[in-house]
Amino acid sequence: MNGGAVGIGEAIVFWVSGTLAVIGALGMVISKKAVHSALFIALTMINLAILYVANAAPFLGMVQIIVYTGAVMMLFLFVLMVVGVDSSDSLIETIKGQRVAAFLFGVGFSILLIAGIGNGLMETSSTGLDAANAAQGGNVEGLAALMFGPYLIAFEVTAALLITAAMGAMILTHRERWMPKRTQRELSQERFASGAHPGQLPAPGVYARHNAVDTPALLPDGSASDISIPEPLRVRDDIRDVDPAEIDEVRQLSVDSSGKDDGR
Amino acid sequence: MNPANYVLLSAVLFSIGAIGVLVRRNAIIVFMSVELMLNAANLAFVAFARMNGNLNGQVVAFFVMVVAAAEVVVGLAIIVTIFRTRRSASIDEPNLLKY
Repeated sequence: MNGGAVGIGEAIVFWVSGTLAVIGALGMVISKKAVHSALFIALTMINLAILYVANAAPFLGMVQIIVYTGAVMMLFLFVLMVVGVDSSDSLIETIKGQRVAAFLFGVGFSILLIAGIGNGLMETSSTGLDAANAAQGGNVEGLAALMFGPYLIAFEVTAALLITAAMGAMILTHRERWMPKRTQRELSQERFASGAHPGQLPAPGVYARHNAVDTPALLPDGSASDISIPEPLRVRDDIRDVDPAEIDEVRQLSVDSSGKDDGR
Repeated sequence: MNPANYVLLSAVLFSIGAIGVLVRRNAIIVFMSVELMLNAANLAFVAFARMNGNLNGQVVAFFVMVVAAAEVVVGLAIIVTIFRTRRSASIDEPNLLKY
């Protein structure tokens, strides 16, 4: 598959996917909303998968897509949904100058790493995985030979690790029920005992010509019912006045139509 | 181009992840930054495996993915538990061990 040398096609893949991965990583750190961060890091993960495939690791590329973009990012989005999407960052610094110091640390750290790696590795030649893959008949077969050979114990331990993690998650998120579950009958009795309006509130706008939400419903005596207006409008006192002449008109209409009905 | 460029890219991604961990206050974004750092290390492992003509690096990257998956499960469960009691996902809030 891939030799040690990097062809022109792989170089193009590297520069495109690498740039996108860095853009995703920067967007993840910069964006204010947590959901945007999650989407940006999903972009980074997908591009890393492409880079794995380009880098003679097709199996790891597929695992990356399945495990990271498939499972881990969905879990992140799920927890974001539970925690609340708009739980944005507090912009107050608890330690003074921490942001600037962290930024300087990051830049210095990356300069150190890049300079060190650039010095140490740029002159080295690359062997390529052709021989190692061919020894077992392919990349997946080679990985399997290692995983079920020298790394068998570690592989078994990861099974225990995964089971322990699943148990831990269940125990951490489990909530004990302290009181017996209330039945529908008890809930209903409670609702009537409180003395509040037990049923649905009347719907707004029962006019023929106005059915806007700010038009109050009319009670049998012709007066307007305030509780039919939705709470936010009521708080702002944004209620459309009912013209008494209009009420009479409507009443007249209903009388007329009922009279017609009787006649039929 | 030299395959060492992959290692340089992984160094850049690792640094961005480290900045994210230090700068952001939302626990979930801090967690995503940790994931980014793990991924950067994986990319370095894969690149080194290729440069040395040895599949061991890829096996280690695979194990890192397994451990990262387990870590995400437990970490997010902890975040949800803290959110339930404190109504906040900020990492400045849990300070009960401070004094």
